[in-house]
This record gives sequence, structure tokens and C-alpha cells, in this order.
Amino acid sequence: MVQPRLRSRPLKVISNAAPPPTVRLSGFTRRFGDNVVIDGLDLTIAPGEFVALLGASGSGKTTLLRTLAGLDPSQGQDVTTPDARAVVFQDARLLPWKTIWRNVALGLKGKDIRARAEAALKEVGLGHRLDAWPATLSGGESQRTALARALVREPALLLLDEPFAALDALTRLKMHDLVLTLWREHRPGVLLVTHDVDEAIALADRVLVLDGGRIAAEERIALERPRLPDARFHAIRRRLLGHLGVETPPVQAEGALVVFPTGEVVL
Amino acid sequence: MSLAATHRISSTTSWRWPRWSHARWLSPVALLLLWELGSRTGVIPSRVLTAPSAVAETFWSMIVSGELPANLLVSLGRAATGLSIALLVAVPLGLLSGLSRWGETLIDPLLQIKRTIPVVALSPLFIVWFGIGETPKIALLSVAIVFPIYLNLFAGIRSVDKRLVEAARSFGLTGWSLVTEVILPGALPAFFTGLRYALGISVIMLVIAEQINAQAGLGHLINNARDFMRTDIIVVCLVVYALIGLGADAFVRTLERKTLAWRPSLVEQ
Repeated sequence: MVQPRLRSRPLKVISNAAPPPTVRLSGFTRRFGDNVVIDGLDLTIAPGEFVALLGASGSGKTTLLRTLAGLDPSQGQDVTTPDARAVVFQDARLLPWKTIWRNVALGLKGKDIRARAEAALKEVGLGHRLDAWPATLSGGESQRTALARALVREPALLLLDEPFAALDALTRLKMHDLVLTLWREHRPGVLLVTHDVDEAIALADRVLVLDGGRIAAEERIALERPRLPDARFHAIRRRLLGHLGVETPPVQAEGALVVFPTGEVVL
Repeated sequence: MSLAATHRISSTTSWRWPRWSHARWLSPVALLLLWELGSRTGVIPSRVLTAPSAVAETFWSMIVSGELPANLLVSLGRAATGLSIALLVAVPLGLLSGLSRWGETLIDPLLQIKRTIPVVALSPLFIVWFGIGETPKIALLSVAIVFPIYLNLFAGIRSVDKRLVEAARSFGLTGWSLVTEVILPGALPAFFTGLRYALGISVIMLVIAEQINAQAGLGHLINNARDFMRTDIIVVCLVVYALIGLGADAFVRTLERKTLAWRPSLVEQ
């Protein structure tokens, strides 16, 4: 399946002898009528790499994710994605007429489907709710079920479409920890689409800023996890927000000088 | 005097005005009592309306003699046959129309045309075609209830949440498994709404269809009773029709409780 067309820079791929990327898009364009949503976009995600995609509404984030998920057609374009991929949507999208474990087992084939679903649900801390109806779950529990449903497929590519946006702040922090734990355990390539700059910095290896259908900026996050909001965190945050068109004053930890863009200096 | 006073005090403490929510039976019972009173005093002659007590007596004797159960079975049999045929026709049409645009284009206009014709007006044609036996009665029933079943199934399929379909597709469901695991369960509540309508209409159509030379059945009982001015039997049959309606509703409710256990309103209970 992974047969990148040897068109752009083939020598580099061969000479590095690196494993083939999990995702490779080259010059990808998507338009609806005259409206160009994604414009000649290049993207690679290495195996096991956690990439966050930031962007304002209408920047093409969701379109890109849907293409990678195979929900939108990409015929005639240079798009390489693994077969084993799974999506977690913002709204958990559980089938209300199936119990939790049957939702997780949706579309699975082979033996021991219940055992596999059960194991996945235990991993997200829902081993005690196997036979519950989705209507009885809280927002956090629904998203954990959706995570289990994605992970049970052992995806090479995990697509997260603003999965924590509808959760309260405390639940969101818990979900961040859970996602990181599961990612370390299973090592899928991850593309997290989000509005939340802090979330992107807290989780990802690399943050991309999408603007006008192109990648406007890229930031590698070399901080060790768990990432505390220290000076380095704030510096990255400030740069990313700048790329998103939001100017913020530089903040320095522990009583250092704060210099506002106006030239004002505060202790 | 003192005795009356004591009585009044005790009655105010032991007897309370019933709560309104428990008092819904009051007015129907009052009406029955008035009716009984009217019959006993001769205000309501028995050829206009028999007293409730006499109706109850007739009811009991008709059950004991087997007359009512036998005729009820005939009527229920007609309704069941009509419903089965309607389901056999309406469900495949609803599925075809709901699941494919071509199906909708070809099938929906026919059923919409059919809907505009009052089914009762078809009875002369059915008598010409099928005579005055069982066939026209069952045909009338079936034709009348095809539409609500078809329409609700069609609408139910079309209103299934697209986001759920998309999610299921992203998890590898295609074709028939998508239909059976996502689309049909999603359309089931609407289907039951259609079924409930269909059962209600089938009682009405039963009454109309059994006016056609019925040799047995509730309609036969009513027609005979009319000829002999037996208002008690007519009222008994009316009560039975009402009970059939109630029973049909309870039947669908039970089906819903069994198959739609996942619905939030039912889950909370």
C-alpha cells in the first residue's frame, strides 16, 4: 500500500533509509466549486509521530483530516495513508442502539471480538460499563469509548478531530493524560486537529499552523512530557499564537521583567 | 345536634379532597351514573340507549355464550391478515425508496398518488373485482395501512443521523452491514410510529369493511343488532372496538419497550 510515487526528492528517501512515512501528502489541493480549501499542501507524518494541526475556523483543518480518514475522495492526488486508520470525532458518534462494547466492536471481524473490545475499554478505564447504553454516559466517558473504538483497530494512523473541545476543563486534562498514555503504549502516528494552542503544545511532537489551505508555520516541541507551562512553553505558545494572528505579551516565569509590545516594562 | 357536630369534625379530618391527578375517573363515572339514572327513570328509552347495567349484562352473556369471542376472532383475523399483507408490501417499498434515490424516484410518486385517493372510495371497485367475500374486506384494510407504514419507514431511513453513518463507514462498515447495523436501527422509532398509525387506521377500516355483507365478525354483530334495534349489543361492540384500539396501542408500546431499550427516555426509567 505504501508506495510513494518517486516524483519529489526520491534520493532523500532512499539515502536516509528511514522507515516510510505513515502519511504523505504532496501538492494536495481540494476545492469546493471555486473555493480552494486546501492549496498545494505537503505533509508527512512519521510512524509514531504525534502531530497537532492548529488553525482558525475555515482554515481547512477538518477537510485535511477527512481526506486522511478516507471520508473525502482523493483520487488523482498524491496521497498516501495507511489502511489501518481510525478517527475520534468531536461528538463521540456512538450508535445509541448498541451497548458500549458493541460500539467498540463495530465493524471488527474475526474471533474474540468481545474480548478485544473489553480489553480496549479496560484500557480507557471503562471496563465496568461494557453493557451500558451510550445515552447513559457522560461526555468524557463517551469520548473514552470513542478512543477505545479507535484503538481496538490497532491503527497506524489515529485521527483526532477536536475530540476534547466539548469537554469541561478538568475532564479535558484527564483525557490529555489518557491520550498520551495510550499513544506511548500503541505508538500510532497521530494527527490531532484542535483550536487549543495549549493542548497542541502539551501533547504534540510537532505543531502545524494551517492558514488559507497551506501550512503557514511549523514548530517542533522538544520539551519533555509532562509539559509544564514554563518559560519555554510560553515562548512556543507566543510564537504559535502569532502565526494565528493573536499578539500576546511575552510572559516570563518567576517575577522576571515583562515587556509589553508598547514598550511598557512591568516587574 | 352534638352527634352531627362530632360527625362533621371527624369527616373533615379523615376525608380529604382527592388530588386532581388521581381524579381523572370521576367525570366518566359520573356520566355512567347519569346514564344509568336516565335509563332507570325512563328519560332515556332503551330503544335509544340501553342502561349501562343492561349493557354489562349483555356483554357477559355474549362472552359466556361464545358469540362475542367467536366474532371477535374473525374480526381480529381480518385485521391481522390485512396488516401482514400491508407490512409485506410497505416494508420492502419503504426500504427501496428510503435506501436509493432511484427507488424513491420510481416508488414514491405511486404511493403519493395512492394517498390522495380516499381508500373508502375504493370499496365499490373492490366489490366489483373481488365480490363480497373476505377478499375485499382484507384488501381495503391492507390498502389503507400501506401508506403510513411506508411513509414513516421512508422518513425514518432518510432522517438517520448522517454523522453516525459516516462514522460507521470510517470503521469499515459498507453495504448491507451499514444498513442492518446503522440505518435500520436508526429508522426503527419512526417505523413504530407508522405501525401505531396503521393499527389505529385498521380499526376504523375494520368497521367500514365489515359493513360489506359480513357473515361473521363485530361488524356482522352490529348490523344484526341494528336490524333488531338491540342497542345493548351495539354498545357492547363499540366497547370492544375501543378495547381493540387500546390493545393495539399497548402492543406497539410493548414492542417499543423491548426493541428501543436504548432510548434516553426509556433508559432513565
